[in-house]
Amino acid sequence: MSTGTRLLSLRGISKEFYGNVVLEDISFDLDRGQIIGLVGENGAGKTTLMRILFGMPVIAETGGFNGTIELDGQPVAFKTPFDALDAGIGMVHQEFSLIPGFSTTENIALNRESLKTNFACDIFGKRMSVLDRVTMRERAVKAIHTLGVKLDPDMLVSEMPVGHKQFTEIAREIDRKNVKLLVLDEPTAVLTETEAEVLLSSMRALAAQGISIIFISHRLHEITKVADKIVVLRDGKIVKDVPVAGVSVQDIAAWMVGRDVKTKAAHLSVCKDSVYLNVEHLWVDMPGETVRDVSFQVMEGEIFGIGGLAGQGKLGIANGVMGLFPAGGQVTVGGQDVILNNPHAALNSDIAFVSEDRRGVGLLLDESLEWNIAFTAMQAKRQHLIPVLGGLFSVRDEKSMKALALEYIESLEIRCTGPRQRAKELSGGNQQKICLAKAFALKPKLLFVSEPTRGIDVGAKAIVLETLRAYNRDYGMTIVMISSELEELRSICHRVAIVDEGKIAGILPPTADVAQFGLLMSGLGAGKNGDAA
Amino acid sequence: MRNVKSFVADNIVTLIFLTITIIAIPFSGLSGSYIISNLIDRFARSSFLVFALILPIMAGMGINFAMVLGATAGQIGLIFAVDHNIMGTEGLILATLVGIPLSVGLGWFSGQVLNRARGREMVTGFILGYFMDGIYQFFGLYIMGWLIPIRTAQVMQIDGGGVRNTLALESVRGGLDKIVSLKVGPFSIPVVTFAVIAVLCLFIIWFRRTKLGQDMRAIGQEQGISHAAGINVDRTRILAIVISTVLACIGQIIYLQNLGNMFTYTSQRQAGYYAAAAILVGGATVSKASIKNVFIGVFLVHALYITTPLAGKALFKSAMVGQYMSDFINYGIIASALVLHAWKNKRAADLARAGLRMSAEAQAAAGGVA
Repeated sequence: MSTGTRLLSLRGISKEFYGNVVLEDISFDLDRGQIIGLVGENGAGKTTLMRILFGMPVIAETGGFNGTIELDGQPVAFKTPFDALDAGIGMVHQEFSLIPGFSTTENIALNRESLKTNFACDIFGKRMSVLDRVTMRERAVKAIHTLGVKLDPDMLVSEMPVGHKQFTEIAREIDRKNVKLLVLDEPTAVLTETEAEVLLSSMRALAAQGISIIFISHRLHEITKVADKIVVLRDGKIVKDVPVAGVSVQDIAAWMVGRDVKTKAAHLSVCKDSVYLNVEHLWVDMPGETVRDVSFQVMEGEIFGIGGLAGQGKLGIANGVMGLFPAGGQVTVGGQDVILNNPHAALNSDIAFVSEDRRGVGLLLDESLEWNIAFTAMQAKRQHLIPVLGGLFSVRDEKSMKALALEYIESLEIRCTGPRQRAKELSGGNQQKICLAKAFALKPKLLFVSEPTRGIDVGAKAIVLETLRAYNRDYGMTIVMISSELEELRSICHRVAIVDEGKIAGILPPTADVAQFGLLMSGLGAGKNGDAA
Repeated sequence: MRNVKSFVADNIVTLIFLTITIIAIPFSGLSGSYIISNLIDRFARSSFLVFALILPIMAGMGINFAMVLGATAGQIGLIFAVDHNIMGTEGLILATLVGIPLSVGLGWFSGQVLNRARGREMVTGFILGYFMDGIYQFFGLYIMGWLIPIRTAQVMQIDGGGVRNTLALESVRGGLDKIVSLKVGPFSIPVVTFAVIAVLCLFIIWFRRTKLGQDMRAIGQEQGISHAAGINVDRTRILAIVISTVLACIGQIIYLQNLGNMFTYTSQRQAGYYAAAAILVGGATVSKASIKNVFIGVFLVHALYITTPLAGKALFKSAMVGQYMSDFINYGIIASALVLHAWKNKRAADLARAGLRMSAEAQAAAGGVA
């Protein structure tokens, strides 16, 4: 619903973090009352772009950016998000930023409360003014009305359904004077379909009043429904900038994920016919990665990939099975039930886990490599220990620990000065190899690896993936690999499951069309309940 | 039935100590009018101190054990008043004028420290109290009498160095209580003291409605969100502590003018324990407190203080048990309230998790197995 006057133009925006290019030559325009759908996979650069627009301090701290931003024809460079707010840009974040014990009205007016001054203000300043609750409520009602939704201005946020929270957030941005541009980052992610419908129609109502909107969503059908034009980011570049008319969801999914790269024909082992890991109705309460209801089966000797966007719950699956976060449901490994909520029991069921949190969960950073590699085996399997006084207590077997460390340093090509070097002195890739060695030292039959290549360089990536493949092929190790990088999963796995909103959206062979994966990530795939195909 | 259950769960601390009091009253052998006249006296004496804890709880900083710093400032003010032999109400005014600037400074200092110890404010405040002990003793025992001459013999230690361990406050005793004292039957009511407490209540009610009060409530719930909304979180937290420290200073002066003597080096510490115990017994938690909690708490704690020592003595035939009871009350209340708070948080997390579990189990029951 564009009125034709330009509101915002980005020209040649580039940004690098420590030599890593994350945005390259981003240019697009936004008219008054126009809605742009901004889409892209995780890591495509959406977040960084919005941070630049908002003048988040992290951008300046990491060396600033190149290019220009024009708002209303004037070049702008915001130093803090507050400058951006003053200029009329409002942002609604993915996570709610509401005060739970405050009412709708109090939240809408948060830190912009209407005030009545009194004598105390002359002495102690403006903060001693009393709140003018009547005016505040009027403002809230007006903002809610503009949005065209039904919200109780006196309800406490903690008692609201999620949909109302989202509307409260948007109402707060509208309540600002002179708001011209709204950035909505995944506003529908937590909404039910009816609530999302209402939100989309309020967005159209706002656009009709001349407010422009940047709409970030991975639900592509919403983009096609509400946006005027669509901008697709991939690997820090704009790959498409087109009017939405005539564009199908399939097109967007394909643009987002990329051209169908020919995956290297991997020498995959042949997996057996028997089910090794069976997960039924697993739920995991892992903050930010909640698993709601997940069921799947993994065959013996299979490499099973789990992909999906960040925050949808793929990380929660491994962490829940391993007992690191509160979980429930049925998990059997090799016919044996795994006791949940008990890391020791999980390790004893011949399962090992390479955590995505390498530095926090994976490594004892201040300890030597031999310690790190032998640690879990020592704790869980009581290996590398010498019993003293007939097993009354035991001491570390330094010799066998050293032998173990040397074995893995050689086989995984870990670059280090020796087994006594401290873990924190190694590079990210070599740290990751230590984590793998630590898991392999348990001689597990089933291995969970979570984001094994995150934050390591290309060479190390190849070695890590090759190592996984080799252990699978040579020792018949069943592997569940969780990764945000779809290409990686497709290059190594027998099957790839996509997790969306805490559930398995579908399971595909790695040879399936990328657009199909893209659709599953967008919550559009057929066959919602995953099935061992 | 469910309502009764959740009422009990929400007020468990108050109910436990109410039960103990009700049991203790007949055993103590005290008359009703004795208990009531004692309660009136003690209420006037000590409720101001307890009010000092409300704002930091509102600002999400838990119980401000660092209020001991404010109480110390009040005591320094009183030492000056007594030493300069300024009597009665004037003496109290002087003590307040000395104590307030000191407590503003000390409050600002402890606010700075507590801002650097986010999430551990209570234990840090507790240790700050001990730290202050050291400085205060240095001041009382060495600076006084050396850099600052002591004028009055009754203030000085018998061997001549520093301020006495027990200081008689006869000259300022009742400087507030006795301005107007109203006789109602057998009870005497210190009208001005109650008026001061009433004004303080009105101040707190008014303060909650100010912008600063609203900001404190906001940061008390979500610091990150408040910061993102542009509220200066650090400064607001410091202000909460400064106000609390100043109130503790005035509260300690009111407390001591009623009592008439002071244990120079330990009274301030007792004030901290007592106030924390009182507000918790009144039903406050480390994250929620109201004026109502203060009133209930002050009455209940003092009812316990009055009756349990005698009840203990009567039941166990030992005077030591009485002393034991009052210590038990103070520490027991603080410990049990903190444990119950942790238990409530855990229960809330479990309840939140139940939703997740139930929806997955409902799926399973519906037979949606792959």
